[in-house]
Amino acid sequence: MQQRLIAVVAGLALAATAGAAEAKDWKKVKIATEGAYEPWNFTNAQGKLEGFEVDLANDLCKRMKVECEIVAQDWDGIIPSLTAGKYDVIIAGMSITAKRKEVIDFSVPYAQTPAMLAVLKSSPLAKIPTDKNYDLDKNKAEAEKQVEKLKAALKGKVIGAQVSTTHANFLEAYFKGIVDIRTYKTTEQHDLDLTAGRIDGAYASIGYWKPLLAKPAGKDLVTVGPTFTGGPFGAGVGAGIRKADADLKKMFDGAITAAAKDGTVKKLSMKWFKFDITPEQ
Amino acid sequence: MDPRFMWETLGKLVEGVPLLFQLVTVSLAIGFVLAVLVALARLSPLAPLSRAAAGYVFFFRGTPLLVQVFLIYYGLSQFPEIRASFLWPFLRQPYWCAILAFTLNTAAYGSEIIRGGIQSVPWGQIEAGRAAGMSGWLLMRRITLPIALRQALPAYGNEMILMVKATSLASIITLMEVTGIAHKIISETYRAVEVFVVAGSIYLLINFLLTRAVKQVEWWLSPHLRDAPGAAVKEEAALVH
Repeated sequence: MQQRLIAVVAGLALAATAGAAEAKDWKKVKIATEGAYEPWNFTNAQGKLEGFEVDLANDLCKRMKVECEIVAQDWDGIIPSLTAGKYDVIIAGMSITAKRKEVIDFSVPYAQTPAMLAVLKSSPLAKIPTDKNYDLDKNKAEAEKQVEKLKAALKGKVIGAQVSTTHANFLEAYFKGIVDIRTYKTTEQHDLDLTAGRIDGAYASIGYWKPLLAKPAGKDLVTVGPTFTGGPFGAGVGAGIRKADADLKKMFDGAITAAAKDGTVKKLSMKWFKFDITPEQ
Repeated sequence: MDPRFMWETLGKLVEGVPLLFQLVTVSLAIGFVLAVLVALARLSPLAPLSRAAAGYVFFFRGTPLLVQVFLIYYGLSQFPEIRASFLWPFLRQPYWCAILAFTLNTAAYGSEIIRGGIQSVPWGQIEAGRAAGMSGWLLMRRITLPIALRQALPAYGNEMILMVKATSLASIITLMEVTGIAHKIISETYRAVEVFVVAGSIYLLINFLLTRAVKQVEWWLSPHLRDAPGAAVKEEAALVH
């Protein structure tokens, strides 16, 4: 028994040194983003990737002194492709959730954006009063009281969210059987259906709605009700990294913390979101 | 690969099968009728009719089904005129948009298959029909179409199989058929390989049954290609004597 334990410990030590040896090898990092989640990350008219996270990723790479390549990857395959080694990091507006943590690791969060419901201005749901933020972890009871209120207001309605997002999980967890949940491949698609009147509302982050509502494309939309954090929404938005690459996670943790401290995250978020999404340190 | 997880996944994916069946049967049924009409229009001596049919086939065969589904679902809903029209109660629902796209698509392919079938009917059979006093629709109904459909059946079976697989595109317009559910399970578990293996097996099984069924129908429709019962025995007897 003891021998085996020693063998395991030795094996772990070996793995650790192997990891440490690899740490020096991170000269090139391949980063995946979705390219369809404006203003987080999106593909501009010239076909180039742009957005808050593209700027942030470039800044982080400069801090870490590594060469970065940013590629676009469809959202619904973004985690399997990371574990399959197609790229090294996900920077795509991904919330840090317990479920995702079973599969991959995350850096410290670089953004915190509450979830919000958007509806058509002409819809009767537009009358739901806006409210403050409720955290489903920190003050669960109060937040769930708000959810109950929403349940009554949304009963029988059709509500959309992007597939495999915390928003879709939130709807599944709290509204299943109460509302008709439709899931979309991209947020742009639920906006099309929302403006067309096929769905009554859609859940996405405030960091998505605010900039959209300021643009002509979002002129018919309005956000309503309370905003939510915690619970299915997790602990903010972080960079997804393979569990084996603890060294890379350490590099990103350091760079993100530094970028949040010196105001770079705030500067970039003011540029893209028009409000500060820097998470509380 | 975890057999227990795959078994659980199978249970969830099977819930998408009824929707898959509906999409396939409804669009194939309407699509078949439309395909026959389009094929007849294509072969019509009236030039405008024939050209319209050719144009329709050109468009729907020449563009990806994915694009057609997108255009019908997201494209049409962009026009306020359509949202105000009597069509909106149908086009509002992803289900009917999928049926519409699949029907129009399969009808285009089907019409070419049936046109080929009609054109391969031996001239002698049609002449025989004419000699018996049949013409026009009667001739078409009694002689041409039955032979044409029998000729077209193997190729049409192919189209049916393609249709079963095409239903997987319905998931992009929020319909939760087998592939849609598969994507959802993957998004919850990130186990793409196992889920897709199970989903693929479901399609494989459905198409296996479908090909058997088409084969059976082919067998029923071609008694003339089989020996009459006892024929072989008689032949043998003749040889002995």
